[in-house]
Amino acid sequence: MRAESGEAAEAVVPLRRREGSPWGRRLLIGAELAWFAALILVPGLALARQALAGGLRPLVEALAEPAVQRSFAMSLGITLVATAVNTVFGVAMALVLVRQRFFGRTLVDGVVDMPFAVSPIVAGLMLIVLYGPDSAVGGWLEARGFQVAYALPGMVLATMFVTVPFVVRELVPILRELGEEYEQAAHTLGAGRWRTFWSVTLPSIRWGVAYGVTLTVARCLGEFGAVLVVSGNVMGRTQTATLYIAEGIESFHPEGAYAASLVLAATSFVLLVGMDLLRARLERSEEVES
Amino acid sequence: MRATRGVEAGPAHPRLASRPSLAYHRVERPAPRQGAAPGAGDEEKAVAIEVRGLSKKYGSFQAVDDVSFEVPAGQLVALLGPSGSGKSTILRTIAGLETADSGSVMLTGEDATELPVQQRGVGFVFQHYALFRHMTVRENIGFGLKIRKVPKADIRRRVDELLDLIQLGGYAGRYPSQLSGGQRQRVALARALAPTPKVLLLDEPFGALDAKVRDELRTWLRRLHDEVHVTSLFVTHDQREAFEVSDQIVVLAEGKVQQLGPPQALYERPANPFVAGFLGAINVLPLRSLREGSIGRGPETWLDRPPAEHAEAYVRPHDLDVFAERDGKPYWPARIERITPLGGLIRLDLKIDPDHPLQIELPHNPSSGVGFSAGDEVYVSPRHLNVYDRAQGSFQPVDVHRAIGLSLQNGAGI
Repeated sequence: MRAESGEAAEAVVPLRRREGSPWGRRLLIGAELAWFAALILVPGLALARQALAGGLRPLVEALAEPAVQRSFAMSLGITLVATAVNTVFGVAMALVLVRQRFFGRTLVDGVVDMPFAVSPIVAGLMLIVLYGPDSAVGGWLEARGFQVAYALPGMVLATMFVTVPFVVRELVPILRELGEEYEQAAHTLGAGRWRTFWSVTLPSIRWGVAYGVTLTVARCLGEFGAVLVVSGNVMGRTQTATLYIAEGIESFHPEGAYAASLVLAATSFVLLVGMDLLRARLERSEEVES
Repeated sequence: MRATRGVEAGPAHPRLASRPSLAYHRVERPAPRQGAAPGAGDEEKAVAIEVRGLSKKYGSFQAVDDVSFEVPAGQLVALLGPSGSGKSTILRTIAGLETADSGSVMLTGEDATELPVQQRGVGFVFQHYALFRHMTVRENIGFGLKIRKVPKADIRRRVDELLDLIQLGGYAGRYPSQLSGGQRQRVALARALAPTPKVLLLDEPFGALDAKVRDELRTWLRRLHDEVHVTSLFVTHDQREAFEVSDQIVVLAEGKVQQLGPPQALYERPANPFVAGFLGAINVLPLRSLREGSIGRGPETWLDRPPAEHAEAYVRPHDLDVFAERDGKPYWPARIERITPLGGLIRLDLKIDPDHPLQIELPHNPSSGVGFSAGDEVYVSPRHLNVYDRAQGSFQPVDVHRAIGLSLQNGAGI
């Protein structure tokens, strides 16, 4: 009854008032576009213009430089490892957080988000403090010929630290929404836990996993602060694409930095489009369920 | 009644019988069913599900309290009770989806208490279907067989059979999201039946469907069971559903079994006030206000001992007669408040002194009419009632005519 009267009241409001005047709307849209252009479009175009200032050839030449290629290879390698590890553990962690009841669950649930809040530089510093050559753990490892800080393992760790929450955060609400009935149905049909995970649980959350992975990849490629602290930025040895760009800007060869930046930006753009498609897919699969 | 059902099931439904016989019969019953009567007799003796002393606590809440019952092989049995009565917990414990604090579960003669759910060989149907949404109807139904590594050709054949059984032959390639609720639940049923489970467990199978589909599916499930004969136990809070579908009903309340038996028997001879009130409408009236008629002796002689002052009479609305004048039987004086025609029945709302509501249902006779109008002072006589003594916890049935006859034989005057 109350709902009805509410609807009636809403219908009485003149249509024009709700839409606003046409000039007001045009002004709003114009301001939005200007804001978008000033913040994103113009800087993006400026970068593209700078990178392509001498035509395509210098760009290709800059990218062909061994230092650039090594840095991209390193970025890619770190991204691959960090994403793989974080996806596996992220899925497992989400399952544990949603399905299991244990002491300290709420604490873990909260701490998983910490990398979102902590500055990457601080994250890097934590790793240096723990694994640095002067620390107990770092010293012990180094004595056995395994260097973590100022080396690749440290950079992978730093990237992983920063990207831990993405897959977990994406999956926890999806798993919660999904409930346990599908898995129980599989159990009653004779499927064991492992089989159920592969045939029922994982396919049910696949779009969520894909979305989480995309976010993780984007973040891994763009990670700078934590890796900067941990890597020591040794040219050609512990230099990722972002570190290379930073170094290029500060020193004598900005052409390489421009080219590398353009590639990173383009990659991000592709990832973004992919994410949008995934998001649409995810929402559709949820709608269908309800 | 059970035996009759078993024998007549085939011929009674020509449409169902015309279909190819299901592998189910072949797997579960190596002996062909000729001369159904003796075969059926043997089956009825076998117990498919046996629950002994099941108890389960959630925190301080006793969800299931020392529950024991048996489900004879081949029967369709309802676990009926209000929400919170523990019926779903019992069903899930039988399936192995939950573990009880104490008690045992036997499935077709084997102790399944410690068996994991995968090895219990039960089919389970969930209220919200729980169909795998990334699989087609065919893949859903075939899932249990694929797990068991049944050859692909056999899976195909079995799924086709089941699709035929659930009348969704053309839907094999669809996804669950492309089906209606009723269709989804039928697919869920086929999926549960595919690996030929020992028993079929259904948790409020029609609870998520709208009323019309629910009615259709109920009738359909009953016919399906008459054909497939898998022992089935289903949970419901809807007494009509339990009555329509099941051979036997287990009535539960507060985690305890209240009564167990065929629907009609429970309705006619409820064991306690809860069952009487839960299965159909019932009037609760003060027994002492029932006036002695001129024939035979009064209510105090009907039972072995005279009923207590506070004893209550439980009377079904259709077990009451209404008279304009006293005719010698015991009666409650009452006043008609309201007359409601309900198609074939007429409902009378009455009041007995001082302020006790009473409901009566009479068959509607269009030619003679109701014969009463609102405001009339009438006499209401029970034909059958149950006397409940709260203090003693006794609940005893009384056939009023018989009681009067007995008292006449024993020398009471008219």
